[in-house]
Amino acid sequence: MKNASYTYQFQPEQVRYELVRMLPISLFVVAFGAAFGLAAVQEGLGPLESLLMSTLVFAGASQFAAIDMWGAEVSVIPVIIVVFAINSRHLLMGASLYPMLKDVSPAKRYGILLLLTDANWAVSAQEYQSGRRNLEVIVGGGLALWLAWIVGTWLGVYFGGLLQNPKSLGMDMVLGCFLLAMALGGKKNPRVLVAWALAAIASLAAWKWLPANTHVVAGALAGGVVGFFWLENTSVDERVGEDLA
Amino acid sequence: MTIETTTTGVLLLILIMTLVTLVTRFGGVFIMSFVRISPRIESFINTMASSVLIAIIVPMAFGGDAGALAALSVTAVVMLILKKPLPAIAAGILAAAFVRFMV
Repeated sequence: MKNASYTYQFQPEQVRYELVRMLPISLFVVAFGAAFGLAAVQEGLGPLESLLMSTLVFAGASQFAAIDMWGAEVSVIPVIIVVFAINSRHLLMGASLYPMLKDVSPAKRYGILLLLTDANWAVSAQEYQSGRRNLEVIVGGGLALWLAWIVGTWLGVYFGGLLQNPKSLGMDMVLGCFLLAMALGGKKNPRVLVAWALAAIASLAAWKWLPANTHVVAGALAGGVVGFFWLENTSVDERVGEDLA
Repeated sequence: MTIETTTTGVLLLILIMTLVTLVTRFGGVFIMSFVRISPRIESFINTMASSVLIAIIVPMAFGGDAGALAALSVTAVVMLILKKPLPAIAAGILAAAFVRFMV
């Protein structure tokens, strides 16, 4: 009875295709992971502890921030706040996939979300804008990225010395360049461009004046507000007038 | 409240980080399951989605060094011309490496 409403046709064979498609970017994630593994052991984490953290947490930026706060003793509340703030973008990323995720069963829905991260989400979100429903890339791409993150951490923990300065090779910019390419590859119309402009201004303002790590959520919500008041295929003036009236 | 970084302590910290991250992965979808998806809400989450990317990238460009700025500008230009992500990303990373080598 209930199953009838879960209309998303999840294709397992597509998952393998998406896994292979995300392999090139995953190679860069290995380098990222190696940088994390090296930093983690330098901060005093054990090899297995570093690997466990990458395997379970699977959120690079927040892991770097957390081990920055490492010592003989670690204050719990600041770690929780920093990890939550940095990863709060997941809340919005997950929400943006809801129109697709509502069409799979709750068990599958939350299973898919275990593998949600920036790069596979960016692909799925971009394809959704052009009318393609692709949850398979969250799973297949997510698996590739997750394994790359673990393998990278492992390499960094044991052979970190070989990768002294990934920054000089531009490795720290891989994710930024990837996300920018995804954004520019998506739909661009006046509505989107206005949203982007507002998102850019809001994120910069938050970055400058609000507490650390709030800029992504602030910018994204500002961009969303544009979409809320300016619907597609509707005359701008009419719609805005209607809402302000 | 502090946790000593003994083996048990570290495991506990990792567990806490895992749970917090899981809340962020699940939370957005969980909240959305109580929201009726009207065209207006759909429009909100669609523009919000692409704005997430901008909100990550713009402060990265402003806060980064010359290499970061070069990487992002070159990626943007190549992407707009070729419309293919991989060459754009590769060119961007090369640009960062080149600028950082020169400066």
